Formats: sequence, structure tokens, C-alpha cells
Amino acid sequence: MNEPAGNIPIDSKIKPALTSLLYQLADDDFILAYRGSEWLGLAPHIEEDVAFSSISQDTMGHAAMFYQLLSNLGEGNVDSLAHAREASERQNAVLLELVNGPGHYLSSAQYDWAFAVVRNYFYSQAKKIRLDSLKNSSYQPLAEVALKVNMELYYHLLHWKTWVIQLMQAGGEARTRMEAAIGKVLADFEGVLNLGPLAKEMAEHDLVEKEEVLKQRWLFIMKPVFESVNLSVSEADIAMKNGNGRIGEHTADLDDALSTLSEVYSINPAASW
Amino acid sequence: MLIKTALEALHNVKDPEIDTISIVDLGMVEQIKVEGQSVLVKLLPTFMGCPALDIIRKNVEHELGKEGIFEKVEVQFIYHPPWTSDRVTENGRIKLKEFGIAPPPKFISETGEWHVDCPFCGSAYTTMDNLFGPTACRSILYCKSCRNPFEAMKPVSTMM
Repeated sequence: MNEPAGNIPIDSKIKPALTSLLYQLADDDFILAYRGSEWLGLAPHIEEDVAFSSISQDTMGHAAMFYQLLSNLGEGNVDSLAHAREASERQNAVLLELVNGPGHYLSSAQYDWAFAVVRNYFYSQAKKIRLDSLKNSSYQPLAEVALKVNMELYYHLLHWKTWVIQLMQAGGEARTRMEAAIGKVLADFEGVLNLGPLAKEMAEHDLVEKEEVLKQRWLFIMKPVFESVNLSVSEADIAMKNGNGRIGEHTADLDDALSTLSEVYSINPAASW
Repeated sequence: MLIKTALEALHNVKDPEIDTISIVDLGMVEQIKVEGQSVLVKLLPTFMGCPALDIIRKNVEHELGKEGIFEKVEVQFIYHPPWTSDRVTENGRIKLKEFGIAPPPKFISETGEWHVDCPFCGSAYTTMDNLFGPTACRSILYCKSCRNPFEAMKPVSTMM
């Protein structure tokens, strides 16, 4: 696929923290883009179908870039990093792997649009904060990719924020379902905000800022948004109910997703795409 | 001299999805390096998930190989500097319009709003239908004057 800017030799002391950070970035975008693709043809209206599939395509492009950076560090080729890793090897946040709702996209899908917009908005904002920090990363190839991803993310964030605010202000069933979705997303949002067991090393090597700094920044930016729609959210609402994906803890939802998305790849892993 | 020849050949490589505009006028060509009989072309992708990149790579290899001057043609996609919509040349802006796509706006207000004129009738009386369009780099708009839907290339800048 695409080669990013030239590699620089990497200190072996930095490498474990750097690869963990890259796996988190890649796996987060990869699985959320997959969940987004399952919505194709099922979004509330046709314009949304165009928008959501475009966002999912961008996001998959971001995952491919992060996998490429890993590949350049000797972690294997991009296709196998995306398709051939077991759930226990994945470092994505559990929140991002959860199914869109009951049913299957080929039949009887009863997906929850409220969950989709809340998950995507909260995640996009956290990703934006992380990328702004990564623009100053000591690992130059990552800083360069972050600058590029950030420009595309701008439109995603705008899109999801619009949905969340409008549905929150709509009242009635919309409001009830949105509040339920916000509860569900926050119950696992710590899994998105945490950077795993090597977070301290990541900050020490100036790969990214401290986990706590990024978390407080997210809360700071979200506060006026929550206030504008008359919702009270406190830091204590943010939890990690279904496990810590950063250390390979995952749900059965991820196993199911992986077996579906790797079905074609697994028929012939040596085939060229 | 050979760089000039290569650049001229690259003018024949069009965007696979907008066949009036070349990758040169889109501002994708960052560097051409010639060493002996080899040429290295460094390109900036517009959007990262763009599925046209592999086609563009093949077309560049084909076009430069055709001349019979270069024995080895290499294409690299790089991300620094990032592609921004102000890299589209003046000629590129004309070519986009010919295709029916409004060129990316040069100015974005502080609130993030932007305006483009209808590529068909030139009216400024247009509305945004969908920020996202049929490809990653385009939005869908509507002209209230001539009542045509049209597409515009999204503004992309490092200020975002």
C-alpha cells in the first residue's frame, strides 16, 4: 500500500511504548470503521448513508496508516496486522467493538442510531485531542501522520456533534434513547481514554502527553456541550465496565466481528489485494 | 531536462474519478527525482482512505515507462507536507469547473463555514446538502438559482 515518510532508527527502550501506542491507534480506528461499515444501507436517511460510509472509509484509511507505521517498525505486513491477529492481541477499546445493536446487517438488523452517534461523537473528540497531542510527538513519522489525519477528522467531529446536539434537543423518544446511549458509552469510555500499561513510558519519551492530561482536556471540551443540552455528566460516570481492551481484554462481539471481517483474507492469506 | 520530460508526462495522468484534471494540477506531485535512467515520483494523497491511489500509482508508472527514457520508475506516497486544497493550481480550478465540480473555497470563516459558487451558472446562491459526497474529497451542494445539484471539492487545511 502506501509508504509514509522515511523511517528513523528507533531506540529499543522506546519501542515497546511506541508500538503499543500505534496498536491502540490502529486497532481503535480499524474496528470502529468496521462497525460503521455495517451501517451501510441502514442509516436513517440516504444523505446519512453517504456521510457515514465516507467517514468510515476515511477512518479505515487512518487505521491503514497506523498499521503501516507498525509495519515499518518490523511488526509484519499491513494486511496481516489488520486481519490475522486474534482478539487477545488487539488493543482497541472495548467500547468500539460492541455491536451496533441486535440482529445482523444482512437481515433483521435493529441497530441503535443513538448509540452510533454518541459512540462516534465521544470517540472522535477523544481522537481529536489525542491527535493534537501527537502532532508534537517525538516520533516524527507519527507526528506527520497525525497532522494529516487531523484534517479529515475535522469533518467527522462536526458531523457527529451536529447529530448529538439535535437529537438531545429534540425531546421525546430521541432524548430518552440518547440518554440511555450516553450512559452505555460512558460506562466503557475509560477504556477509550486510557493508554494502557505503558502510558507512563509514552509520556516520558514524549510520544504523547500524559493520559490524565488528555482525559481532563476531553472533559473540559465536553463540559459546555453537555451544559448546552442540559445534561449533567461527572468524571465518576466514566468507567470500564466490559474490560480493558488495551491489555487484550475483549468481548465476544470482537470475536464475531473478526471472524466475519477476516473471512475472505483467511481463504488465502498469501493472495495480493 | 529529464525532470521536465517527466513532469510533462505526469500532466497526462488524470484523477481516475475526475478525468479533466491531472495529478499535477491537483497539487499531488511533491517531487520528481531523476538519477541516471531511474525516476522517483513523490506524491501526496488527497485523502488517506482514497481507493484511487493504487490506480494513480499504476498510471504514473505506465505514463513514465511509455516514454522509453526511464528504465526504472518508482512512485512513493508521502504525507509530509500534507496535501491541502490550496495546492490545486489555477488551471486545476478551471478543469474542476469544466467537470462540474466547484473548486475548493480559498477562504474558510472562523466558524468553519465556507461558500462556493455554482460551477454551472456562477451563482453564489447555493446551499450545502451534505458535507460528505460520493468520494472522500467532495461535498454535495445545491444551486438555488439554476436548481442543479452539484459537488464541490472540500477545503482541507492544516488550520483545521
